[in-house]
Amino acid sequence: MTKKFKNKTLAWLDYRLPIFSVLREALVDHPTPRNLNYWWNFGSLAGITLVIMIVSGLLLSMHYVAHVDLAFDSVEHIMRDVNYGWLLRYIHSVGSSMFFLIVYIHISRGLYYGSYKSPREVLWWLGIIIFFLMIITAFLGYTLPWGQMSFWGATVITNLFSAIPLIGDNIVTWLWGGFSIDNPTLNRFYSLHFLIPFIIVGVVFLHIVALHKFGSNNPTGIDLTLKQEKIPFHPYYTVKDFFGYGVFFIIFGIFVFFLPNLLGHPENYIPADPFVTPEHIIPEWYFLPFYAILRAIPFKLLGVLAMLGSILILFVLPWLDTCKVRSCRFRPIYKQFYWIFIFNFIVLGWVGSKVPEGHYLIISRICTAYYFTHFLIILPILGMFEKTLPVPLNIFKNPKTKKN
Amino acid sequence: MINKNKIFKLKKDRRSFLRLTTTSMAAIGSAFAIWPFIDSMNPSADVLALGIKEFDLSNIEEGSSKTVKWRGKPVFIKHRTKQEINEARKVNLSELRDPQKDENRVVKPEWLIVVGICTHLGCIPLGQKKSDTKGDFNGWFCPCHGSHYDSSGRVRKGPAPKNLKVPKYKFVDKNKIKIG
Repeated sequence: MTKKFKNKTLAWLDYRLPIFSVLREALVDHPTPRNLNYWWNFGSLAGITLVIMIVSGLLLSMHYVAHVDLAFDSVEHIMRDVNYGWLLRYIHSVGSSMFFLIVYIHISRGLYYGSYKSPREVLWWLGIIIFFLMIITAFLGYTLPWGQMSFWGATVITNLFSAIPLIGDNIVTWLWGGFSIDNPTLNRFYSLHFLIPFIIVGVVFLHIVALHKFGSNNPTGIDLTLKQEKIPFHPYYTVKDFFGYGVFFIIFGIFVFFLPNLLGHPENYIPADPFVTPEHIIPEWYFLPFYAILRAIPFKLLGVLAMLGSILILFVLPWLDTCKVRSCRFRPIYKQFYWIFIFNFIVLGWVGSKVPEGHYLIISRICTAYYFTHFLIILPILGMFEKTLPVPLNIFKNPKTKKN
Repeated sequence: MINKNKIFKLKKDRRSFLRLTTTSMAAIGSAFAIWPFIDSMNPSADVLALGIKEFDLSNIEEGSSKTVKWRGKPVFIKHRTKQEINEARKVNLSELRDPQKDENRVVKPEWLIVVGICTHLGCIPLGQKKSDTKGDFNGWFCPCHGSHYDSSGRVRKGPAPKNLKVPKYKFVDKNKIKIG
């Protein structure tokens, strides 16, 4: 830790402002498990996406006008008149999809390898807080172009708060700053959409501090005690993360340049009209599973609570999962349920995009019930009864030879 | 001279060669990627479209001037009298801080067209209205820090370093100009 810098000026400055040694400790020397697979790339990918979103968003904000009469046109102005405005906007809109995709994979990685278990519970919490802030930011940002989906999406989501007993309507009026969604709403949404990403940056910082306290989890899920089990972050994982960036940029580029509107909704190219509701309102794809949970329950307040609960339940996951073994590798039964859970979540997303009638409604109810069953019943019980495979003492040992 | 030893060493040292090429590719790629972000802050197409504008001169009488807006800036269009033209042409170039012949500052001698921004620190000089002071040289006077311009818009006194700027323009027909 107290290695000195060779450069005298740097050593002088670092002695007084230890930012360089902290950075070197975090990005160069940090001992990292040598057996991390590519699923561990998604943390750094989420980081670079956050940077891309903030930079592209900052430049978009220089041309965007947050006013009900001008917002839609200013977006078209960005698309047609601003130099590379189309590129900035597509980077930002496709980027939000990529960000969620990456974070979903990042969370799934944590679920599979038990990265949420002791002593990483707070690290896990901070991750959920980031996810939650991302949801809010994405929702706020989607209202800004002031198209039909923006307007009606904002209407539906803000009306969720009207489910709160007694003061619900007052809260909605407060959120809107009026008696309907109008200019004051758009202005505050823009302001908050600008602010929250920087709060995310702050929480990401804490997320990394918490991560570096115990280091990354690894595919075996065991605590690494040997020195040989770890390698310095640089150059091994810097190079691996950069390679991940390269692959990601290719995929990102394909969407930005060839399929920029694939993940969006054509309805949002119609200016907002407070008198015409679109035939059916579909949120962005990354909200669909939670939207399906909301619609699956036929009571307003319960639906809202279930939707919120589906995210909040992740906070208590470290205690719901009672199994001491972290990684799925040594939990053959949990592994099956893990994949059922993932499949169930994807099905939820699929029914979320359909009109909630007939068998779609039934499927969404079954999947919603299963979502909560997984956390509240399957995980606690599995921890008690599942016979886990023998866990190796270190990452070099083959677990099957542990008997002697 | 490029260090021969260095190249030789690079050939031998595969890893440092790969590092060099990878880093330079990344640097070049980043430079290309950053350009759209920087360029987005340059004037957009609608701003550039307003960069060329036509103005009618027919209702500006001799001896009076008019201020028009071009690219967000005031442009002085002065219909000069014979006397003003003569004054401007008689001046000895060696007296000028920013020597320029009046002939080179106009297309037609009776029309002087200059950007109405003082070259000192960007204020708008007085002298457009009949009631305004025209400074010591019968042109313009900048109230901010006291620069005097003559009837050709050349700086004669005060802190301004340069003459009033002549924008690019041409006569579309007898009474119409196109600036930009």
